[in-house]
Amino acid sequence: MTNSWADIGWTDLAIIMGGNAAEAHPCGFKWVVEAKANRGAKLIVVDPRYTRSASVADFYCPIRPGTDIAFLGGVINYLLSNDKIQHDYVKNYTNAAYLVNPAYGFSDGLFTGYDEAKRDYDKSSWDYQVGEDGFAKLDDTLQDPNCVFQLMKKHFAIYTPEMVERICGSPKDKFLKVAEMIASCSTPTKTMTSMYALGWTQHSKGSQNIRAMAMVQLLLGNIGVRGGGMNALRGHSNIQGLTDLGLMSNLIPGYLTLPTEKEPDFNAYMSSRGFKPLRPGQMSYWQNYKKFFVSFQKSMWGEAATAENNWAYDYLPKLDVTYDMLRVFDLMVQGKMTGYFCQGFNPLMTLSNRGKLTEGLSKLKWLVTMDPLDTETSRFWENHGEFNDVKTGDIQTEVFQLPTSCFAEDEGSLVNSGRWLQWHYPGQEPPGEAKLDTWIMAQIGQKLKALYQKEGGAFPDPILNLTWNYADPNNPTPQELAKEMNGSALADQMDPKDATKVVVEKGKQLSGFAQLKDDGSTQAFCWIYTGCWTEAGNQMARRDKEDGGTGLAPKWAWSWPANRRILYNRASSDVAGKPWDDSRKLVYWAGDKWAGIDVPDYGAAFKPEQTVGPFIMNPEGVARLFTRKMMRDGPFPTHYEPFEAPVANAVAPKIRGNPAARIFKGDFAALGSSDKYPYVATSYRLTEHFHQWTKHVWVNAVLQPEFFVEISEELAKEKGITKGGWVRVWSNRGSVKAKAVVTKRIKPLMVDGKPTHIVGIPQHWGFMGAAKKGMNPNSLTPFVGDANIETPEYKAFLVNIEAIASGPVA
Amino acid sequence: MIGELSRRQFLRTAGAGVAGTTLGAMGFGGAEQALAQSVRPFKLAKTTETRNTCPYCSVACGILMYGVGDGSANNKQAIMHIEGDPDHPVNRGTLCPKGAALLDFVHSDTRLKYPMHRKPGSDKFERVTWEFALERIARLMKDDRDKNFVAKSKDGVTVNRWTTVGFLAASATTNETATLTYKVVRSAGIVAFDNQARV
Amino acid sequence: MANQSLNLLRRSASTDTPPVTGGQTIEVAKLIDVSKCIGCKACQSACLEWNNLREEVGVNVGVYDNPHDLTPNSWTLMRFAEWDNPDTGNFEWLIRKDGCMHCQDPGCLKACPAPGAIVQYTNGIVDFVHENCIGCAYCVKGCPFNIPRISKVDHKAYKCSLCSDRVAVGQGPACAKACPTAAIMFGTKEDMKKQAEKRIVDLKSRGYANAGLYDPAGVGGTHVMYVLHHNDKPEIYAGLPHEPKISPLVAAWKGTGKVLALGALAFAALGAFFHHTVVGPNKVSEHDEENAAELAEEGKSSKTEARPV
Repeated sequence: MTNSWADIGWTDLAIIMGGNAAEAHPCGFKWVVEAKANRGAKLIVVDPRYTRSASVADFYCPIRPGTDIAFLGGVINYLLSNDKIQHDYVKNYTNAAYLVNPAYGFSDGLFTGYDEAKRDYDKSSWDYQVGEDGFAKLDDTLQDPNCVFQLMKKHFAIYTPEMVERICGSPKDKFLKVAEMIASCSTPTKTMTSMYALGWTQHSKGSQNIRAMAMVQLLLGNIGVRGGGMNALRGHSNIQGLTDLGLMSNLIPGYLTLPTEKEPDFNAYMSSRGFKPLRPGQMSYWQNYKKFFVSFQKSMWGEAATAENNWAYDYLPKLDVTYDMLRVFDLMVQGKMTGYFCQGFNPLMTLSNRGKLTEGLSKLKWLVTMDPLDTETSRFWENHGEFNDVKTGDIQTEVFQLPTSCFAEDEGSLVNSGRWLQWHYPGQEPPGEAKLDTWIMAQIGQKLKALYQKEGGAFPDPILNLTWNYADPNNPTPQELAKEMNGSALADQMDPKDATKVVVEKGKQLSGFAQLKDDGSTQAFCWIYTGCWTEAGNQMARRDKEDGGTGLAPKWAWSWPANRRILYNRASSDVAGKPWDDSRKLVYWAGDKWAGIDVPDYGAAFKPEQTVGPFIMNPEGVARLFTRKMMRDGPFPTHYEPFEAPVANAVAPKIRGNPAARIFKGDFAALGSSDKYPYVATSYRLTEHFHQWTKHVWVNAVLQPEFFVEISEELAKEKGITKGGWVRVWSNRGSVKAKAVVTKRIKPLMVDGKPTHIVGIPQHWGFMGAAKKGMNPNSLTPFVGDANIETPEYKAFLVNIEAIASGPVA
Repeated sequence: MIGELSRRQFLRTAGAGVAGTTLGAMGFGGAEQALAQSVRPFKLAKTTETRNTCPYCSVACGILMYGVGDGSANNKQAIMHIEGDPDHPVNRGTLCPKGAALLDFVHSDTRLKYPMHRKPGSDKFERVTWEFALERIARLMKDDRDKNFVAKSKDGVTVNRWTTVGFLAASATTNETATLTYKVVRSAGIVAFDNQARV
Repeated sequence: MANQSLNLLRRSASTDTPPVTGGQTIEVAKLIDVSKCIGCKACQSACLEWNNLREEVGVNVGVYDNPHDLTPNSWTLMRFAEWDNPDTGNFEWLIRKDGCMHCQDPGCLKACPAPGAIVQYTNGIVDFVHENCIGCAYCVKGCPFNIPRISKVDHKAYKCSLCSDRVAVGQGPACAKACPTAAIMFGTKEDMKKQAEKRIVDLKSRGYANAGLYDPAGVGGTHVMYVLHHNDKPEIYAGLPHEPKISPLVAAWKGTGKVLALGALAFAALGAFFHHTVVGPNKVSEHDEENAAELAEEGKSSKTEARPV
């Protein structure tokens, strides 16, 4: 989230599209209800189903799964055609005026530079025109045909209301009503908040779905303001934290990136991470990259990371490709993986195309699961009749099922969607012999290290030299680890203005990331968390909720970066530093300094006349409507059909799916077509359950006991399906049996002139736990991910459906 | 414990009040007995309150966990009720149907209690000791790492990666667990590293 | 709100009206604002948890309502109604939390023949005292909202207590505390009516011309009230009664005679399940008996009492 949960209470219009906040985040959704009750705010829901969010909306508009970019493209076109944009914001705070390389172009659904064989682009033309001074060129009149504004106008012109209706199945009048409501927020004193989640990410163009709405929000001037923003509602309780801390194939904590093998040495690595400002005087905060990186390396390897060995650069693995989950399971199937750890993760139920997952896990030599609950993944080899029909004796995988503590038994911090790090305490001990995750990881690390100490072996240095300064090496405490995340001084830190004055003594905790150095004299595991545990103590455990009703709660817990609650908050005021909306002041120029209710996302010393842009992380200082080369599938979002779609792409009929999305050969062959699989399926969560966890929870099993699919009354009639009867649903990859919920909440949509039916398939059941044994949409879903981040396309695929006499046999 | 003393003390006093003091003070004959009979004692009297965060979604609601047992040597604490933390600025005491049923997660029948091991081809899990499990896991890791570690690419670039063992990290563990996990996984050169943010 | 030390207002089948002591009586109410309700079932969850109830894990029968009806273990339930609004042409999903309405004039209490099995406190809460319940199911018959359910395990009647144990120590009911969107609020009846007025103004401004408060006079008003967007048609909310009234059978059967009869009735009920009644100056009619027995059967929906908690 750019903003925070309670800030939603300050909006004028909430749009829930690509999510279902009332069901998935009820206690966060409360702030929409508050905004409605207290400010007269409105709520729009755009969703294939009439959800529980829609049940309290002021306006609901249906949409076909996987067509959000066409819809939002229609909104962008509406805003531009009707001049419903916040002009001063767009001109000063976005790259609308930037001139783009004339070689850039877009035709037949493809941007310049496409290589069909590689399914990838040569992106060299997707960039600004750069002058001799090294700065990007601008046209402040926004009239140059190569300026971003004009290119954007041209790019989105095809998404007329008629085209939106044709692609999305959203009736034109309803689409126009939504567009009109959104457009009402183009004035500086009205804001819209965008609330989205997996409904946008789980597509082969998920990142571009989100970009499309980010563009809408920029055109409306709604980023960096109260009651506005792009608010990713995030899934699990610490998914934000695990991402911040870089637990992904290509990440280093704090959104630094692992080297690739094209960066053989540290100089090569740093050469593409200089972040030289693209306009005069811009902050371009990533210019500090080296300070963050060196402090991380010092945190990891202490004395072993020196200037001479380039801060132990070679201790880091270098990537040839990104090893995301989809690739790793594909490698398993190819027999190229030996062992696999699943820590609190149940991929058999949660990754796509279950048949492939079972095949992959069966080819592993060994599997280790660590979980408080008895997961299906840990029992993938166990036969449960139709619910897990495997030949146990043929599966040669050795499996370790390690019992862990749960939330109630451990201590530490979690990061919520609003980037708050909140500390919690244990209320009991783990049951039986279950252990804390930290204890288990320490054991694995220490035992592996002991083996290398004893036996030597392949490149043991990074293992042997790993910093391990815990009082009990076998049981690091959360306090020790939290202080390590924050970082400390390795040498006395002197005042830059007075070399005789010590600012931070050697060994003391740092108080902010501005204190980090690239000379090896500071260490910090995760630079964006620096400030969470200072010499003043554990900031994450703060409990002062008083905020005068602003919803920012600046003294409650601690948020990254620098306890800032709303990102880009400098953009809440105009160029002169005057708030766009006096009733929602956030950060403004008080004549001699930046003041307000939040920590300014800006240099404290900048004067408004310096025209430093509010988007300080970007070398431009402004937000990007045109993303240059940052994304694999294009600098503007464009409509692509899901890989399995009921119709051809109306704007580029020859293109199947997202042309820049990676898809493995076998998985391409496993795609189905609409002649055999005529219905559009989408998978989702229900409010009674949390993912695959709460089927183990008795009360939740009572509230929603059994696997079902949802269909319209029209489809039920057509297929002879009765309410509460059994159905079989199958895709080109698998088949499930479910109860049928027949409902008025799903209605057939007219897509490109033909009625299109939607089959809704919730994701909560398996063969373990307290709920009835059940099947799962991932027996059906395709094994293809988003072009940029490889999140699988769970939200739009094709199936067939029929009534059957009875359910599965266990 | 770590809870807010003021509230805990209040509940304790109030709870005791239902059982005795308040009713006694009313002083009306048979009806007093009837009243005492009709009102169930407040179940949180004398419990210990601990602050935590709901482990489900990223709203991260504040919760209060009520425990029986005072944590003394022979009377370990066990959680008997979970409710929203009214002081929390986001949820302000409310909880969703998942959060309101967290007690049944903590005490789920399918909570794991012992390390289990499944031999290749076997149709069952067998209980093992932690020592056995961890020693064997470390051995399996070491053997594969030594065998499959890629020190240099085909072009002779030092790459120091280990691609044949993968690690899927959790999504609800603490930052502190994540930090330790990152250190162990990355220092071994593992690149097949991912978390639930992907899915 | 003040600490709600509970004082009895009346007891079933009992003549001794206890004196009200301890100062001013504050009537309480739960306000269920259907227009804010997202049907998340947090109220069901919190109710099961707080009251140590565990329903059996059921099946899906093609709807979201689970369990399918109130039971001795499920004292509250979200009822989902799909409705095409003929005036606007729009679809509406009407979700109502069902449960005891805590009537000011409680039909259950009036019908109850067991002394002290049903009580009403001065704050308006109507509570079942299970020690005194004889399982006759007259309360089921007496209830205009079809709320109480008889357990097959202990043959006693169960329903929402408005968390009298929490209210007694100044806390709100578990469902109201949990409700994420403040669709359930708890306070004095006066405050809740004021809150409802504000909501009705907001709803009218959003085009719900018939928005209103459901606080039916036929039962003397209730201590659980609804804000409805379509207050002119309460029946579209999964059959909320238009003008609820206590059955005339129950209304006619009251007074001291009933009380005298009941010692014997209770005694008989202990032995088996009301076979033949009974002696005494005032007899329960055959018709009443049949009705009650039938209703008692219907009320027994749950076979298993509970999962141990």
